Amino acid sequence: MSSHDPVMVATTPPERVPTSTPPKRVEGGVMSKPRGVLVTVIVALLALAWLFPLLWALVNSFREYEYTQANGYLSFGGWTTSNYEEAWTRGNFGLHMKNSLLVTVPAVLLTLWLSSMVAFVLARFSYRFNLTMLGVFLAANLLPPQALLIPVFRMFREIPLPLFMSDSGSMLNSFWALILVNTAFQMGFCTFVLSNYMKTLPYEIYESAELDGASVWRQYWQLTMPLVRPALAALATLQVTWIYNEFFWATVLIQQGNKLPVTSALNNLRGQFFTDTNLVAAGSIIVALPVLVVFFALQKQFVSGLTLGSTKG
Amino acid sequence: MAHIDEAPRATKPGEEAVAPPQGREKKLPGRDRFTVVTMVTIPLLLVVALVWVPALLSVVLSFGKWNGFGDLDTIEWVGFQNYRDIVTIYPAFWPAIQHNLIWLAFLFFLPTLFGMFLAVLLDREMRGSRIYQTAFYMPVVLSLALIGFIWQLFYSRDQGLINDIFGSQVDWYGDPDINLWAVLVATAWRHTGYIMLIYLAGLKGVDASLREAAAVDGASEVKTFFHVIFPVMRPINMIVIVIVVIESLRAFDLVWVVNKGRNGLELIGALVAQNVVGEATRYGFGSALAVIMMLISSVFITVYLRNVFREERRG
Repeated sequence: MSSHDPVMVATTPPERVPTSTPPKRVEGGVMSKPRGVLVTVIVALLALAWLFPLLWALVNSFREYEYTQANGYLSFGGWTTSNYEEAWTRGNFGLHMKNSLLVTVPAVLLTLWLSSMVAFVLARFSYRFNLTMLGVFLAANLLPPQALLIPVFRMFREIPLPLFMSDSGSMLNSFWALILVNTAFQMGFCTFVLSNYMKTLPYEIYESAELDGASVWRQYWQLTMPLVRPALAALATLQVTWIYNEFFWATVLIQQGNKLPVTSALNNLRGQFFTDTNLVAAGSIIVALPVLVVFFALQKQFVSGLTLGSTKG
Repeated sequence: MAHIDEAPRATKPGEEAVAPPQGREKKLPGRDRFTVVTMVTIPLLLVVALVWVPALLSVVLSFGKWNGFGDLDTIEWVGFQNYRDIVTIYPAFWPAIQHNLIWLAFLFFLPTLFGMFLAVLLDREMRGSRIYQTAFYMPVVLSLALIGFIWQLFYSRDQGLINDIFGSQVDWYGDPDINLWAVLVATAWRHTGYIMLIYLAGLKGVDASLREAAAVDGASEVKTFFHVIFPVMRPINMIVIVIVVIESLRAFDLVWVVNKGRNGLELIGALVAQNVVGEATRYGFGSALAVIMMLISSVFITVYLRNVFREERRG
């Protein structure tokens, strides 16, 4: 959440007053016909404007540099796919994509695993310091990462890692650093969402599990985890996009160019593509593609993940 | 840790609250207690080691002078000297504060209010509402660094679309008088959809009977929103404000991609980074900047947490 990713905060919706009959939802009131049409047209035009930057990048990524130089960008023609090949090889995207994968997947799994454990304990048992615990994780989520940069940077420099784990010999310049930092920062949000979700599970299942003599670990792993799968899926979707997009930590903790994940590698690419906007466009589309695929394939999870954070249960 | 109560079960709206089985303190068997402690301790250690300890160390380091090369014993303790230097002789500091404030005001008055307005519009029956929503929040999945990259296609002096259309020769990212605004417009592209989504979720949670009652009373739409909907959205409104403040304070990615936060794009977050990975490593000085950031953010984090705790206690 973001200088590096969106600040994600969680909240609860306004109190609902239960009504005796299931209320028919009145959508924002009824509009007079002509006004409704006007509003729809305006919103549609705005939506088109919002799509434009990406569409513009898409279109120009398929055009020859020479053609657009000669005829200007407001022309039509000069279609080619060579920008992609060139951007891919020049930007060394294969390597950076692999780096992103090696950071994102473990970080997301670790975040979900650790926060689901904390969430389970917070939801299942009540201790006097439950709220404090939640605060410790949640506040971490909101602190500006820059405020912690210097000590983290130095700590990682001091922590030696065997060479097979990191060829720099320390935590600095290693994927481990990014995995751990991302996990530490993302746990708060996931813990909050998951514990709220777990609180809505019927309590009887735990009572009967206890009667059957199931240990706490089994109650967590075999009973609770399968039941919160929708929330896990939604959070996984969000976390994949956020950690893939993470820029700040990757920029400061990784100083070897060949170790950079794709998002932070953009900085180096700027210099390389600088004079060729069509290459910039192709590079942008390549970097955007994984998150856009996730977004369109799992749109429902994405939205419900964001809204889970802003509504309770 | 010896006394463990069963958590009170969450009550769904409309149900009778079930009193937690109080007074019946259950002692968990030893093995289970060990499990519970471990389940919390491992994540806690991680967050303490990478967030809370560094936060504390930032405060400590801010009172010292240290180039970061030597060991800890090379730190020279100078009291409040770093803070004094920052506000008096560090040329980038006041511009950075000013830019962060501009960032905040801009984000709040344009994309935030606009995103809320869009949410209100999209909350009604409208043909294709789904598709429009998708269009607005698609930029939310892109990283700000990438957005800075994409907007070069508009802003580039020789090949950008804007100069192409108007026949101008403006270097939108390079001119220190205007690059802040160029970057802000690019940020707004993403921020609008983000706020819209959060606000829309809030609006869906508003009880329909409130609207019905207002409609029966013959209140106009505008009136209904401001007198009925807006007040019950208070928790969401608070959250939106917290988001905007924290986002403006942390802003970093975009300016770093454009020019590492120099030449008209000074932001406090970028200054901290410059003092660590820039040419000069001034750890004490950078830490003092970091502490200033922390102090500002902690006010809003406190407000936010109080909000959450109030809801939790009620829930």
